[in-house]
Amino acid sequence: MNKILWKILVILGLAAPFIVYPVFMMKLLCFALFASAFNLLLGYAGLLSFGHAAFFGGASYVTGYLVKNSGLTPELGILGGTLFAALLGYLVGSLAIRRQGIYFAMVTLALAQIVYFIALKAPFTGGEDGLQGIPRGRLFGMLDLGQIYSIGGSPVALNLYYFIFALFCLGFWIIYRTINSPFGQVLKAIRENEPRAVSLGYKVERFKLMAFVISAALAGMAGSMKSLVFQLASLTDVSWHTSGEVVLMTLLGGVGTVLGPLVGAFTVVTLQSELSSVGSWITVIIGVTFVVCVLLFRRGFVGELGRLLKKSL
Amino acid sequence: MSDHILETKNLSKEFKGFTAVSAVNLQIRRGHIHALIGPNGAGKTTVFNLLTKFITPTSGSIHYNGTDITGEKSADIALRGIVRSFQISAVFPNLTPRENVRLALQRPLGISYHFWKSDVILQQLNGRVMELLEDVGLADYADEITGELAYGRKRALEIATTLALDPELMLLDEPTQGMGVEDVDKITALVKKVSANRTILMVEHNLKVVATLADRITVLQRGAILAEGPYAEVSQDPLVLEAYMGSTHA
Ligand SMILES: Nc1ncnc2c1ncn2[C@@H]1O[C@H](COP(=O)(O)OP(=O)(O)O)[C@@H](O)[C@H]1O
Ligand SMILES: [Mg+2]
Repeated sequence: MNKILWKILVILGLAAPFIVYPVFMMKLLCFALFASAFNLLLGYAGLLSFGHAAFFGGASYVTGYLVKNSGLTPELGILGGTLFAALLGYLVGSLAIRRQGIYFAMVTLALAQIVYFIALKAPFTGGEDGLQGIPRGRLFGMLDLGQIYSIGGSPVALNLYYFIFALFCLGFWIIYRTINSPFGQVLKAIRENEPRAVSLGYKVERFKLMAFVISAALAGMAGSMKSLVFQLASLTDVSWHTSGEVVLMTLLGGVGTVLGPLVGAFTVVTLQSELSSVGSWITVIIGVTFVVCVLLFRRGFVGELGRLLKKSL
Repeated sequence: MSDHILETKNLSKEFKGFTAVSAVNLQIRRGHIHALIGPNGAGKTTVFNLLTKFITPTSGSIHYNGTDITGEKSADIALRGIVRSFQISAVFPNLTPRENVRLALQRPLGISYHFWKSDVILQQLNGRVMELLEDVGLADYADEITGELAYGRKRALEIATTLALDPELMLLDEPTQGMGVEDVDKITALVKKVSANRTILMVEHNLKVVATLADRITVLQRGAILAEGPYAEVSQDPLVLEAYMGSTHA
């Protein structure tokens, strides 16, 4: 893809805390990574998971617990959350990938509900309240991520922002690399024609499982980041609403496109923050937006744009 | 090594009480083009599915180069050198022909799980890809979208992709189905050309193609073998004439 476009995006990302509300921006980065990880699975391996909140939320609890209760530094907390999500992804994936289509989705949803139940009932997750007041801590025990700078009169956790931005870039780069790797080629082949991939000698289930684990791990990393940003790990993060939200973001932006999930996450997160004053009507408005967009742009925003430009974006 | 590259012993498949393949004893001689013919629904595709383990036999066994492979998985059978095509053209429609063929060439490199490597590494295969595409007359279409190619070209691409694995035994399920005369001739010539140094088992409806290509023919009817032998012999068999062509030789 276009190098200039990437450079512009990175510069925008670096300049963002001086332009827009940084918490909004960090939330966007977390969900953009989450949606990109989800899209790796749906868009490139053709697997629709309805349980991705289990990885996102599960990792956010683990990170919260490690940082708050075990006193680990934030980078270790995030590493722990990500590894946990990878492991959980291995378990869920092993059980689910033998199923096809809607059954695959059902298995992932069912297993995610078990994770939700554990988050609700377990003694270390804080029940209905979740884990609150998670400290942001010191990066590598040195750099204070909670440090507040005054920018144009408003307080900004600049260290945290750049830490989150760097993690986002790392995660996004891993996804981009995976899509454009020998492994990614085989994934696309499986998505396009699974029996043919098998007849060429590819052990399809291993590829799917690996894609599932990578996707789960990065969804987890996004959740871990979120728990530092909001200093909170809550039941919402593991609920099926969140699983649905990431499907919505990906479809809105354009499934199977590299930039689609970013655009989709931006759309949904913006709508949520702009409309937060209208209360529960927000669900209806987002729902209607979704229906209209899907009817108008069947391939999502980026998918349609790519079609117009005859380019894969 | 035995003369027979592939042998089945009493190979059978039942679908909920319906016997689609019934005690089939196939013997494919190394280096032959062997045709499997028979009316629609005779069980030819099912035999292919059994040989490549896309479905599991109800009973019987499959032996490849003397080894019992009945219990192996599809991908492992492919790794042994049995590569199949499909009755409904099997390509990767949203990829380019170049990528289609490259996917087959990529496998032996052993880097297919390397998600951390750039796919630029696959460019080393471009030379071989173009050779294969040229062989099937698709060099000019290397970077089109495969799904938009004409039907005959898709089938040619499928053969190129299969060939890319240099299979010892190639299974072709109706490679000329749905093609115009010109394409049929092209594919016939292509199959002839690629049959050097390998064995081919093909399902084919077009008897002209069978007569041109096949060293040996097996006729299948209602799941069971009706006749077997060289074309000249089988095509005179009254049972075959009756069953397959729907008429007796007057
Ligand atoms: N998966 C399946 N389930 C049930 N019946 C099947 C299945 N596959 C094939 N059959 C049946 O087996 C018979 C043989 O089919 P097939 O092998 O496709 O025939 P051919 O390729 O010789 O035209 C047909 O009657 C078909 O309906
Ligand atoms: Mg058939």
